[in-house]
Amino acid sequence: MRDFIAKRPVWSAIIALVLAVLLWLVLAPWTEAMEEAFGRKRVFLNAIFSGITLGALYFLVAAGFTLIFGLMRNVNLAHGSLYLLGGYLGFEVVERTGYWLLAFPVVFIVIAALGLLLQHQVFRRMEGEELRQTMVTIGLSIVLADIMLWIWGGQSYTILLPDWLSGPMTLPIHSGYDRSGDVAYLRYPLVRIAILVAAIVIGVAMWFTLNKSRLGMLIRAGVDDREMLTATGIRIQYVFLAVFGFGAGMAGIAGIVGGSFQSLSPGEDTRFLLASLVVVIVGGMGSIPGAAIGALVIGLADQVGLVYAPTYSVVFTFLIMAVVLAFRPQGLLGR
Amino acid sequence: MRKWLVASVSAAALVLPGAALAQDSIKIGVLVALEGAFAAGGSDAVRNIELAISEAGGMAGGKAIETVIAPTDTTPDTTIRQARKLVEQDGVDFVVGPLSGSEGIAIRDFAKTVPDKVFINGISGALEMTWVDPAPNVYRFNLDGAQWGQGLGSYVVNEKGWTKVASIAADYSFGYTNFLGFAVDFCRAGGEIVERFWVPLGSSDFGGVIAQMPDDVDAIYLGMGGTDAINFLNQYDQAGADTNLIGGTIMADATVLTSRGRAKEALVGTPTSGAFAPDNPDPAWQEYLAKYRAFEGDEAKVPSLFGVGYHVAMLAAIQALNEVEGDLSNGQEKFKAALAGLELASPLGTITLNENRQATGSVFVTEVVEGSDGNLEAVFKARQDGVTQTLGLTADEFRAMGLPSRDTPDCDALRGG
Repeated sequence: MRDFIAKRPVWSAIIALVLAVLLWLVLAPWTEAMEEAFGRKRVFLNAIFSGITLGALYFLVAAGFTLIFGLMRNVNLAHGSLYLLGGYLGFEVVERTGYWLLAFPVVFIVIAALGLLLQHQVFRRMEGEELRQTMVTIGLSIVLADIMLWIWGGQSYTILLPDWLSGPMTLPIHSGYDRSGDVAYLRYPLVRIAILVAAIVIGVAMWFTLNKSRLGMLIRAGVDDREMLTATGIRIQYVFLAVFGFGAGMAGIAGIVGGSFQSLSPGEDTRFLLASLVVVIVGGMGSIPGAAIGALVIGLADQVGLVYAPTYSVVFTFLIMAVVLAFRPQGLLGR
Repeated sequence: MRKWLVASVSAAALVLPGAALAQDSIKIGVLVALEGAFAAGGSDAVRNIELAISEAGGMAGGKAIETVIAPTDTTPDTTIRQARKLVEQDGVDFVVGPLSGSEGIAIRDFAKTVPDKVFINGISGALEMTWVDPAPNVYRFNLDGAQWGQGLGSYVVNEKGWTKVASIAADYSFGYTNFLGFAVDFCRAGGEIVERFWVPLGSSDFGGVIAQMPDDVDAIYLGMGGTDAINFLNQYDQAGADTNLIGGTIMADATVLTSRGRAKEALVGTPTSGAFAPDNPDPAWQEYLAKYRAFEGDEAKVPSLFGVGYHVAMLAAIQALNEVEGDLSNGQEKFKAALAGLELASPLGTITLNENRQATGSVFVTEVVEGSDGNLEAVFKARQDGVTQTLGLTADEFRAMGLPSRDTPDCDALRGG
């Protein structure tokens, strides 16, 4: 952070300014002239908040993906299938037990175990052969998609939220005036706030693990120079297993989150695979803060685009990706 | 030598049955989507065609009916390839199909290249198929997407008293067309459309759009289907919004009603309109339903929109063939005339064709209720008979209104007129 400010004072100033303006737009009451120019503040706030929560979901999916890629140079194209499978399993758990929170540990363990199995039985046999790994993961994703279609069929599923998470909540943010002229505060779906908080907690925990723990040290060393790490006597296969299991489990958890505030159906697997690819390309392969920033940018572009330019909203995501690839091919925070 | 033998035997095997039957049978090509998103509906369509043929005793106009199924994947290019195969290789007498909107437009253009063959539409609902530069040998016995919206508008104004709506619909051809049907009827009944939102097909997060919904409207028209609709309903519920909803034709279809989870519950009490109502009390429909269920061996099964459409198309073909006693000579002239003048007594009521060979028929208004088994179902509320291609306007008025788009129709102009 300090390095960045020292090296690029101009860019830092611009970023700080943009953030300050955004913060002011969110917190300050809008004058009538502003509402005239940008539309109602409620709409703007909702677009920003939806973008951030959508970004939180993208982050949950992409974090595991980027770690796996950064460490193992393995583009796991079956990542989307793990997401969808996690969602379906979460639905089954919630349907049978009625406890939404219970689904998270169960799905994490099951999908992480599946990830361990994949790494141990499949990818370990073809280490360093990128093309072969890519082909095998595509094959696996097709097989998994068909198995899921067989078991859960073509209909859509939404995961039942517990009562304490359904409905809206009032945030202490000024959203405009109601008809009697009183100050109205932003009402926003509670579940989305919960998802946002959870994603931030998970992201911070991941950052601490990576930067402050011994395992994190091993993973970072592996990302930088795998051969050298192996040469120092570390059993890198165990590190690989841990990372793959964790990444897969995260995708599974993201499936529950996605199934709760969007829906699950065949095809969602490739949609989220594509989303995490874009996020990781924009943020930088192998970087957790990169995944967070990439997810935020893509989520915001998606939602702000949908509200203010619905015709072109689909284009924005890919436009951002193209611009990043053209001017900073390693990604915003890539090295 | 052996290769030669095998080759000639298989060639003979391929040619012989055709040659032997050519004289006393009628060969019907069936274009139907059996891959992709509509595969389930497509196989129901095939069963419905078999049902219609078995009802007719396998005969039409004194000749045996033979069908050749040509599977498509709902893309226009596959459809053209399969249609060409049916006409050129299989030598069918005429074609029944296709299933989806964009396929219908492709077949309209293909049909112009083979003017001697009749094409009877399966269930393609694109307005353009029989409205913009129609082919003289394409006949459509189902209503189009705009017609399916008719009847709903006046129903919500007169029965529900909702006169001020905002709309949110998918930003593509069927979204515009289906909304046009609703809007024309709604505005002429005195309704007002406050705001129109168009969202890209395949959107999954509607948080920002839901916030834009004005609060002072009586209802919100939803012109989305499938997963888009489920995502919308889920997030609509989470945002705590509870305005009345009005459903477009694909809003309350089987995909949404049979989905698992609580999202669809927001739909209870929503009026919607479409080509049929499963519990339509009309004896003709009940008779068809009973036959269908007996044929399928399932007492509770409900035919799909696609199935009903292909069934009606096949009924029309058989009735016209009977009228001309199977005479398909001279560029199928008699057959064409018989189709054009047909007064078809179908399970959906009487269907006639207009000068564009487009059906005039009935639209059914239904309302979503919670069924006995916890699933949602659509129950019959009202029907509007004699819905024309121009939605009760004159052809000139309809043309002046413009083709369906984001801003067409102009509600104020319709209400004034």
